Amino acid sequence: MKEIRMHGRGGQGSFAAAEILAVAAFEDGKISQAFPSFGSERMGAPVQTFVRLSDRKIRSRNHIYEPDYVIIMDPTLIVDIDVLKGMKSGGLVLVNTEKKPEELKFKSELDFDRIRVIPATRIAREITGKAIPNAVMMGAFAGFTKEVSIAAIKRAVMERFPGKVGELNAEGAKKAYSMMKEGEK
Amino acid sequence: MEKLWEGSRAIAETIKMCRPKVISAYPITPQTHIVESLSQLAADGDLVAEFINVESEHSAASVVLGASATGARTYTATTSQGLLLMLEVLYNIAGMRLPVVMTCANRAVSAPLSIWNDQQDSFTARDSGWIQLYAEDSQEACDLHLMAYRIAEDKRIMLPVMVCLDGFFISHTFEPVEPFEEENVKQFLPDYQPLHYLTPKNPLTFGSFAEPDKYTEARYIIHRTLEESKMVIRETAEDFKKVFGRGGGDLVEDYFLEDADFAFVAMGSIIGSLKDLVDKLREKGEKVGILKIISFRPFPGKEITTALEGIEKIAVLEKAVSLGSGGILVKEVKESFYGRKKTPQINGFIVGLGGRDIPQDSLENIYREFHQGSGDASFVDLNYELLGGK
Repeated sequence: MKEIRMHGRGGQGSFAAAEILAVAAFEDGKISQAFPSFGSERMGAPVQTFVRLSDRKIRSRNHIYEPDYVIIMDPTLIVDIDVLKGMKSGGLVLVNTEKKPEELKFKSELDFDRIRVIPATRIAREITGKAIPNAVMMGAFAGFTKEVSIAAIKRAVMERFPGKVGELNAEGAKKAYSMMKEGEK
Repeated sequence: MEKLWEGSRAIAETIKMCRPKVISAYPITPQTHIVESLSQLAADGDLVAEFINVESEHSAASVVLGASATGARTYTATTSQGLLLMLEVLYNIAGMRLPVVMTCANRAVSAPLSIWNDQQDSFTARDSGWIQLYAEDSQEACDLHLMAYRIAEDKRIMLPVMVCLDGFFISHTFEPVEPFEEENVKQFLPDYQPLHYLTPKNPLTFGSFAEPDKYTEARYIIHRTLEESKMVIRETAEDFKKVFGRGGGDLVEDYFLEDADFAFVAMGSIIGSLKDLVDKLREKGEKVGILKIISFRPFPGKEITTALEGIEKIAVLEKAVSLGSGGILVKEVKESFYGRKKTPQINGFIVGLGGRDIPQDSLENIYREFHQGSGDASFVDLNYELLGGK
């Protein structure tokens, strides 16, 4: 089982991101579970969401304390919250930021080669006109981890956001996916 | 084919299949998504039902009471403060023998204000005459709703049923669910045929005045019927398995109890985490099992003692507390064993109040401490710093 913990702020669509990831992985043939740890749904408040991906029935519903992947929707969170807490050895981090991995000041230490960065808010703004990075981040996650296919992510995005909004967000996801792939070369 | 749905959506799709004629509800977190979906389905014409908007939960319960008395199949849903506000009406619905089905998306009660999960709300209604069934996951929550209508409308029963599912842990979790096929549902749950109902052609009184010479008998009959409903719940669960090919328990469900010397007893979504823990402990050769209680009312005392026969230590986990008395479920489990020659050691543990997460480590600690020593922690994972170090 792979466990994913997302840290974001209210208004960034972190829960929709978790839903998109779970739906996409399910479509790829995995068993998935997504759930939020709601605050009081205020804009800007720190929120956590959790996704589990597995080959068999997922029964536990507790929070994720030892994630395989950590996704950071808003880089300003890393100064206040120990977002890397409990991460499995070999775990990977994806951050929505304009900075380089070595410029990020996490509260715990981490090898730079386990961090990937993507300017998801900028990509979202350029392509969709809105500064909501959730779909773009999921595209980046697909490119970075290969836990889920980009085709399934795009379909899940369009299902979640019908019409033009979904198409543009799917395009943003595809762009982030390609950037992650480019980064590997 | 399975769908990856949010729990609330899965419940709404199930209710649609159950074909209620009247739905009334007042939105409250974490129940909101269920009734939002139903109101959308009704507005789109995908569900032919009257969706009646009201100004409070007291009114929502009153609307389904009245509608049910006219012979219509009805549905409502609530949680927490909403359930407390409904309480007066809930007693009336049971007393009038109306087969209303409702969902309680379990949430803590105020004060302090908490929108998060525990089971204090539905525990508060435990003496009201409603049958209460608790779900472990989305699939079971769906299945129990379908069974709930069958049980409620059974002419031997005619009592309301509350299906309880943990708020957020089930209501807001996306997980795979097998949707119902219309044909199977119609076979399992035919249209409701009321025996007695309000109509101008045949005026009747529901919930009439009962003088002291009759009141006790009216209450006794409800109690006796709840006892008898155990058999109907068992039959219904069995028939459900035949028609839909899935399902496990009826009143209770056991997990690795056969050779166990230690058992957890619990209700609701915590069972999933407990199953993962038991699998882990079993791999190390430890003889641990679980008894899941599905039906809290009627209380399956006999089924509990039978299932736990020969087990030495029993940890009862519950997400509610009777302030000034302690655990509620644990006392009922203990009472089931009263008077027997050999009784197990039974300890109660209050967990997950107001949405506090219950990590697997906490569950394992309960097991280790109780298994090796006494470990009557009562309130688990208390933060002593918040209590001034005491």
